[in-house]
Amino acid sequence: MAQNDHASVDSYRFLPQSFRANFEAFPEQPDSYVRAEPHVPLAEAKVALLTTAGIYLKDSQPPFDLDRERREPLWGDPTYRVIPSNVRQDQIGVSHLHVNGDDIRDDINIALPIPLFHQLAAEAKFGSLAKDHYSFMGYQGASTDAWRTQYGPEIARNLADDAVNLVILAPA
Amino acid sequence: MPVLARIIEAAGIPTVIVTMMPALADKFHATRTLGVEFPFGHAFGMPHDPEMQRAVALAALALYERHPAQPNTPLRVDLAIPWPVEQKVAYKTWQPPEAAPIVRYNQQLAAQAANENA
Repeated sequence: MAQNDHASVDSYRFLPQSFRANFEAFPEQPDSYVRAEPHVPLAEAKVALLTTAGIYLKDSQPPFDLDRERREPLWGDPTYRVIPSNVRQDQIGVSHLHVNGDDIRDDINIALPIPLFHQLAAEAKFGSLAKDHYSFMGYQGASTDAWRTQYGPEIARNLADDAVNLVILAPA
Repeated sequence: MPVLARIIEAAGIPTVIVTMMPALADKFHATRTLGVEFPFGHAFGMPHDPEMQRAVALAALALYERHPAQPNTPLRVDLAIPWPVEQKVAYKTWQPPEAAPIVRYNQQLAAQAANENA
């Protein structure tokens, strides 16, 4: 399982052909580069996870608003759900109209690997696991303004308040 | 996803994006990217394959302390783990049971355009 610093991954292998041109034509955003430097070594780092797989807690949180997306296909629910570190597999639901959520309902580790990271923390592969993790629904339609102006800054503040040192993000 | 990562980085917290579309992360000059050639919805690998999931997670963690080749440039590492399911099956099974609303919307627009041009 070697790492390869060269760009060897085919980003379009599993993408429907009809979507490819839009992604390839997406303009570069060079001004978006920002690099935060680590403040503590990995062995001391508190890690939080973030997914855009539309995961939510079935018994205590509303699913993402898929009905509105069905009525307004150019809109996607920009809100997020806080997923606690002690979540159990049988507590999660998945609401996302762009991916089949069956495998995530079967094993959360493929999208928001909280159980796996508990194990890695116990093995001292990093410092500790944060108490809260974050779940968005990745389809944002015509605009990411709500992420940029409201929900992104909100979770950034929460992560800072929780003294998180590293966030691992995984799109669906 | 790179939009959220940028906001978190700007708040002073390092990020790593684990993605099956590193080409899109490149467009945003994402700070630290781990590319995986996996179907959508499966950033950390196959369900109930702890060895594969662990390899992805450890590779993501390793990017935290790693510096890019040139200062202040994006860091991208691609992970060479093959997807163990035949391409046609994997391509089909990650997709939702019904086409997403935007797909149907675009299909309707294309049909309307075809009718108008007929």
